[in-house]
Amino acid sequence: MAELFIEIFSEEIPARMQLKAGENFSKLMVSGLKKEGLLCEKIIYHTGPRRLIFKADIPLKSPNLSEEKKGPRVNAPEKAIEGFLRSAGLNSLSDACIKVDEKKGDYYYTKTEKKGLNSDQIVSEVLVSVMNNFPWPKSMKSGTSGFRWVRPLRGIICLVDGKLIDCTVDNIKAGRMTEGHRMHGKGPFTVKNFSDYCHKLENEGHVMISHQDRKNKIHNDAKNICEENGLELIDDISLIDEVSGLVEWPNVLLGHMDPLFLELPSEVIKLSMRTHQKYFAVRDPSTGSLSPHFIVVSNQTAPDGGAEIAKGNAKVLSARLSDAKFFQKEDMKFDLEENYSKLNSIVFHKKLGSIRDKSERVAVLAALMAPYLDADPELVKKAARLAKCDLVTNMVIEFTSLQGQIGAMYYAAEGGNKNIIKAIEDQYKPQGPSDNVPSNSVAIAVALADKIDTLLCFWGIQEKPTGSKDPFALRRAALGVVRIILENKIKLNISNILEMAVTSRVIAKPCLPELDVSVIDSLLSFIIERFKIYLRDNDMRQDLINAVLKRGVDDLLSATNRVESLQAFLSTEEGTNLLSVCKRSGNILKAEEKKAELPSGDIDTLTHKRAKELLDALIQARKSIVLEMGNESYSMAMTALSKLRKPIDLFFDEVKVNDENPDIRANNLRLLIMLRDTALEIADFDAITG
Amino acid sequence: MKMKNKIKSVQSFQGLILTLQNYWASQGCVILQPFDTEVGAGTLHPATVLRSLGKKPWNVAYVQPSRRPADGRYGENPNRLQHYYQFQVIMKPNPVNFQELYLGSLAAIGIDMDLHDIRFVEDDWENPTVGAWGLGWEVWCDGMEVSQYTYFQQVGGIELDIVSGELTYGLERLAMYVQGVDNVYDLVFTEENKSNGTPEVLYGDIFHQNEVQQSAYNFEYADTYKILEKFKFAEEECMALLELDIALPLPAYEHALKASHLFNLLDARGVVSPTQRQEYIKRVRDLTKACANSYVNKENNIKEKAWKN
Repeated sequence: MAELFIEIFSEEIPARMQLKAGENFSKLMVSGLKKEGLLCEKIIYHTGPRRLIFKADIPLKSPNLSEEKKGPRVNAPEKAIEGFLRSAGLNSLSDACIKVDEKKGDYYYTKTEKKGLNSDQIVSEVLVSVMNNFPWPKSMKSGTSGFRWVRPLRGIICLVDGKLIDCTVDNIKAGRMTEGHRMHGKGPFTVKNFSDYCHKLENEGHVMISHQDRKNKIHNDAKNICEENGLELIDDISLIDEVSGLVEWPNVLLGHMDPLFLELPSEVIKLSMRTHQKYFAVRDPSTGSLSPHFIVVSNQTAPDGGAEIAKGNAKVLSARLSDAKFFQKEDMKFDLEENYSKLNSIVFHKKLGSIRDKSERVAVLAALMAPYLDADPELVKKAARLAKCDLVTNMVIEFTSLQGQIGAMYYAAEGGNKNIIKAIEDQYKPQGPSDNVPSNSVAIAVALADKIDTLLCFWGIQEKPTGSKDPFALRRAALGVVRIILENKIKLNISNILEMAVTSRVIAKPCLPELDVSVIDSLLSFIIERFKIYLRDNDMRQDLINAVLKRGVDDLLSATNRVESLQAFLSTEEGTNLLSVCKRSGNILKAEEKKAELPSGDIDTLTHKRAKELLDALIQARKSIVLEMGNESYSMAMTALSKLRKPIDLFFDEVKVNDENPDIRANNLRLLIMLRDTALEIADFDAITG
Repeated sequence: MKMKNKIKSVQSFQGLILTLQNYWASQGCVILQPFDTEVGAGTLHPATVLRSLGKKPWNVAYVQPSRRPADGRYGENPNRLQHYYQFQVIMKPNPVNFQELYLGSLAAIGIDMDLHDIRFVEDDWENPTVGAWGLGWEVWCDGMEVSQYTYFQQVGGIELDIVSGELTYGLERLAMYVQGVDNVYDLVFTEENKSNGTPEVLYGDIFHQNEVQQSAYNFEYADTYKILEKFKFAEEECMALLELDIALPLPAYEHALKASHLFNLLDARGVVSPTQRQEYIKRVRDLTKACANSYVNKENNIKEKAWKN
């Protein structure tokens, strides 16, 4: 085995791309070498701000390959033999071998030996091909070269057992030269092999090679500095990953900020630190709230211990937070409500008017739903009109992701109603599958109405999600509707809600055109689809979901209860037995249906005792099932259904369904139809697979 | 008594300009003067937009006054201005050591890179009004963005075969950093000359009134009706110049720039709705794209003629 070592040196690679690039580079090298017969072992790869590093043990040569090619039988016609010689590239038959086969007859074959190649050559070709086709999320050209890389390529090291491989990419010839840290490194240096490289780069070049090592150092140093100062680091895993990709020689510093900035909402401070400056926030362990400090990771150790760097960073942060304070001051000159008319200037969608138009519709719809949610319609209306008012504040324009939170904060500062504050804050919830749903009744009304309005609006202009494209996040909105309803146990039919939404389009000014019924049906089935997926994600069986929803569904809550009860019931012995008799009965009906139309009309006379008993049991069961279903006592309904088991079993044991007498046969079939219809009150048992 | 920061002469506002000019001149750049039409950024100077097209090598550095009418704050905000200066460098094709040359310019203006943390942080640059984009970084010095560094990939909607490296230094911000000043109007523009007694001049002495008055114009008095007319005129004139039998892309581009600035004025007056905004941007982009195409055609024609002769 030989050691293959590669370093690709470039200008600064965006931090967010580094880890994936390191992984891809390694994968592509390994698979490219494997294709040529070189299996990699002991693979190591690293990434840093300016380099991709790969090391593996590979064989010195690719293995010899011998290939046998089967030809025609020895007594085959001349044409066939000629063809074989041509395709195998042989001059005469004497070059071919003969394989003895007593069963089928002897045949010709050829043997070709492919000599293994020198690994040097393979490595060079694979590296060139990997680099020319590298999957960067975004790549660029530089200078006069057409070669694309993430940023300009500056150097390549490619060594096999310390020997330089002849290889050129983008007019850059692979060599054994690299550079260390921009400031701490002592300029370019040459390396002998991977361990020499690691040693020199770390010790003389001042570059920590491994992302994980940089990450650990940053995390430990940050924690320690905080502890020494009686503070506590607020962990931020993805920020640590990003920062570890911004530095070759991490140096953790504690910065100070003016405590006056703590008057700002902590979310604003944290967001400023994180997104703009890549700082870690720090809290005071005694109070649990933010402390006037931050952690900054610099790319070097400075002769003054980093005092200037910390001071400079503090100044930048302070300028940013001053902006935020200025925004807050400007914003709070007006009551939130005064922004309402300005919402006219924000387009919701060019075919659907402004955000203000949307807010009006949401207000009307939320108020219509309020009585069903035990919410005060006036409060709901006010909350819906205030909900989007923060979109024109300076603060939300600057910190978009804080929409809702900023509005809630301003309204709280005005001393507004607590329910309304909650509604403003929670209107966009749930943002994803793991986000909480609103639980305050006013907040529920606004959040639900907002999503329903969005869905209906986009359905109305034929902007539905297709495949992977869902630019208006309509799937998320529909799932949000489902989750808000179910997780708050709201009894309100989806089609009723949609009716109200249609009404709100007409009542709210400016009104949107009335919608075709097909649009509403299509939206209804979209929401039901999301509902099914939600149930499946919550471990409900697909076939049971279908069995219960087959009759159409409106009331998501009761449908969920039905699926849950059915799933529980079928896991009992009673349930499985009942299922099998219902299926048996269903199969008979299906078979008979194929022969002739099933008898209609009522059951008139029954002669057999078991048939009579079954009828009595069915009448009894149906009565209780309808009653229990009406009370939404699904498990009781299923118990009532399961009482049919014994009379059905006896019926099947003793009665011949297909009696010679057509009247008796018809009545028997009517009994089975009655059984099916009774079961159908609960679910379509035929749709259950297991 | 207010303590004054002592600054080195290289750090005065004009000291920075002179130093950067000398530095880039010594790297072989043509030192140009500002373009005489209002522009929103140094990039829009024809020495960048048009000269980055085609295959001719081109190295240039210049200061460009930049106007962003909507950023006016009546001289009351410490770091927001409707008129400010950018120092722009273009090297085409970008030299292999462009990053090192850039770091050299920071050293030249007195930034001690042992003491200060310089970082290249991903930032993809895009200017929709000139149909241009590129990849590069914002350069941070102790967390402060001091320059924008870009490798142009497309300009005027045309994919570039020869890539230009572009540097943009926000001069006020850079000066505030090196002088350690929190308010732009406190910047030392020109130092006191003790030998002949000429006094120190501050940035505010020169520009504060300009910010106050121009903000009032931009936000209150600009005649939107007439500006709209002027916008239409600039647009028509631009297209007309391009449609001539012998097209005139250079004057046409000036009219595209005028249209761009007039749109910015309309925007500052708050008379452009968000949907209209997209339309205006598209109209300006269409103009610059047409100019770029015409410019490239012309350059190819000239080359062909030279070949024939």
